[in-house]
Amino acid sequence: MGRDITLGQFMPGHSVIHRLDARSKILLLISYIVFIFIAGNYMSLLLITMASLLVVLSTRISFKMYLKSMRVILFVVLFTGILNIFYGSGEVLWEWWIIKITQGGINNAIFVTVRIATLVMISSVLTFTTSPSDLTDAIERLLKPLTVFHIKVHEIAMMMTIALRFIPVLLEETDKIMNAQKARGADMESGNVFKRVKALIPVLIPLFVSSFRRANDLAMAMECRCYNGGKGRTRMRILRFSGVDLFALIFSLVIFSGVILCNIYFSPLTR
Amino acid sequence: MAVLKAENIRLVYGAGTAFEKTALKDLSFEIEKGEFIGIIGHTGSGKSTLVQLLNGLLRPTYGKIYLNGKDIWHEPKKIREVRFKVGMVFQYPEYQLFEETVYKDISFGPVNMGLSEEEIDKRVREAAGFVGLKDELLTKSPFDLSGGEKRRAAIAGVIAMDPDVLILDEPTAGLDPLGRDALLSQISSYHSVRKNTVLLVSHSMEDIARIADRILVLSHGEKVMLDTAENVFSRGSELEELGLRVPQITRIMMLLRESGIPVNTNILTVEQAFNEIVNLSV
Amino acid sequence: MEEFIEVRNVYFRYDIGEGTDASDNSYALRGINLKINKGEFVAVVGHNGSGKSTLAKHFNSIFIPTTGDVFVSGMNTKDDDHLFDIRKTVGLVLQNPDNQIVAGIVEEDVAFGCENLGVPPDEIRTRVDNALKAVDMYEYRKHSPDKLSGGQKQRVAIAGIIAMEPECIVLDEPTAMLDPQGRDEVISTVLRLNKERGITIILITHYMEEAVLADRVVIVDSGTLLLDGTPREVFAQNELLKRHRLDVPQATELNHRLRGCGFDLPDCVLDEEECAEALKKILKK
Repeated sequence: MGRDITLGQFMPGHSVIHRLDARSKILLLISYIVFIFIAGNYMSLLLITMASLLVVLSTRISFKMYLKSMRVILFVVLFTGILNIFYGSGEVLWEWWIIKITQGGINNAIFVTVRIATLVMISSVLTFTTSPSDLTDAIERLLKPLTVFHIKVHEIAMMMTIALRFIPVLLEETDKIMNAQKARGADMESGNVFKRVKALIPVLIPLFVSSFRRANDLAMAMECRCYNGGKGRTRMRILRFSGVDLFALIFSLVIFSGVILCNIYFSPLTR
Repeated sequence: MAVLKAENIRLVYGAGTAFEKTALKDLSFEIEKGEFIGIIGHTGSGKSTLVQLLNGLLRPTYGKIYLNGKDIWHEPKKIREVRFKVGMVFQYPEYQLFEETVYKDISFGPVNMGLSEEEIDKRVREAAGFVGLKDELLTKSPFDLSGGEKRRAAIAGVIAMDPDVLILDEPTAGLDPLGRDALLSQISSYHSVRKNTVLLVSHSMEDIARIADRILVLSHGEKVMLDTAENVFSRGSELEELGLRVPQITRIMMLLRESGIPVNTNILTVEQAFNEIVNLSV
Repeated sequence: MEEFIEVRNVYFRYDIGEGTDASDNSYALRGINLKINKGEFVAVVGHNGSGKSTLAKHFNSIFIPTTGDVFVSGMNTKDDDHLFDIRKTVGLVLQNPDNQIVAGIVEEDVAFGCENLGVPPDEIRTRVDNALKAVDMYEYRKHSPDKLSGGQKQRVAIAGIIAMEPECIVLDEPTAMLDPQGRDEVISTVLRLNKERGITIILITHYMEEAVLADRVVIVDSGTLLLDGTPREVFAQNELLKRHRLDVPQATELNHRLRGCGFDLPDCVLDEEECAEALKKILKK
């Protein structure tokens, strides 16, 4: 089981999006999400969705991968979509007993579905094209101003780095311990919920013990390499904004202005 | 009748995906009751995969495994029975200890088998005896034991299931020479008292040379040799080509042989080498 | 040769808290005296629980002696002001290769120590590349450590120390969890660092085959120094080693036993080639 799980779906490549600074990617992603929700009518929604699709295509990662990441939340999307049909106002299109389908309801359903789908797609762009270490690095640097409020930004980033490093190690270990207990007749596949939770104890305890042992070792190894928190620390990789980032910024600004203009010049949607 | 028989077993990981990898290729062999088999091969030769197939933790993609003449996957629901009969000690088994006391931990397997309390008690004490754990240690927490004691407690947990076949995957890894010697002699006395079948996986030929009757040599998922220890080690240069290292003492004999001195090269221990050279010079 | 590390009458006891038994047994180290010169390759050998790993952790201030002193290039390891200077001078590689790699990419892990020391980014880059080349892992610099073999991971850990440009590397049973191939990789890397770069090596091990490769072998037993000398001097003490239930290489053992029966053999041989040469002489008469 465990060995099939791949964490951080980073897919190395050389596309324009891959070459963007991770900080730009995070900030732009946030603004795209905001504008997906600002879009208030079909024209503006179409514009931001098209722009997002363009970004997705320019990552040169097979579209299948994006569909895969959407499949996970397909149920949620459909469920909220269908639910939205029944709420709304405006012209009644169809009525039976207490169920009423209105123009507003249909609009709502389409909007919610398209918004969530676009959101997942554009978020996948970030995780697909950015290595986990670039991501933590960028988060650390973006959050740096928060140190003014005594938030331990460096420590948070270090924890993320260590977590990303050790999650695969611990998954493999879980797999090993499970096999060892199965070999002693532990039954983890049958019985009711209570029984199954109880059957996990022989796996969880060794896993905890070993995590503490690893943490201890790691702390010592970090001390040996003069780790002393974020103070006076330098980094090997320097993140630099380049022409690509400027281009991405201008492109996005154009799209965002377009969304606002569409919102103003086309009539708002019936809800 | 063979206690374990493998018939053309093949195991493919991730079949049909881009990561498809054949871990074992058409392996066949028979192991008789009471034999002590050593399994050697470099990392990635498929030895860990093989032992997990033999006790039903993995299912072969193709081929069959027979335990006492019965296909172990005949009734997949009863695979737990197979795991009780083919006891498996994993690498670094001390990392699987979890109970409050050593006694409880050793009895985990027997309890899962649904044995009576008296039977469990008898088996736990017997198993602890085989691995040389003193009675007063049984009431201690397994996490308070020394590294070597933890290892032996974990092995006792498998022995207590009284399996027909006991498989040990690298049982001496990480132990110092003293701990290694003690553990190997305990395993070999367990084998001679119980007359059970034992399979020992190792990449230390010194260990295997000392106690195995027959040796199975694996390379890249294929069976290269399955023969008596003497015959396998007399093919020392072939083993070295497979990236395996023969015991230092065997290599000395090989060097002497190369320079034209008529010594046997199927020498595995210092004792044998000593006798060989004394005989040669009188 | 210049004196580099000095261990002066060191006793060490793990802090077991209240009600500690004051008897001598509770000490992991009991009066260790040891001097190590610059550029030496010293193997420290002993059973599990002999105190050899405890000793290893004294060389870079991870442990501080309960009584006695340890000096590294004249700095006392008790002196907090020199803590980072000491750890920069003496690097420590641990047993479990998985647990000492911090970052998810090889080159970033190697950079970790330099980053902590505040080395400028350009220089870190050069140091990291050099360190990875020194352990023959340069082509793996962009890989994730999860996909590497044990021997490769251990070499990455060594590179992480080398990048800090230490004068000495202490390796605490670096091969105990590795297969024979991984063991060879690590030991040949360590030998090369010692011979080509003049880095002082202190190798803690229980493999006698590794100890014979050192310039000097120190045997630790029950927290005290049992023997200290060249491998030849140490392994010639067959009886003493046996009494303390320590192994000698098979070649040494065979030579010793045959010599005991009156065969005309040298005092001590260390490896199979030497042993075979000596045997050829007596058998080809």
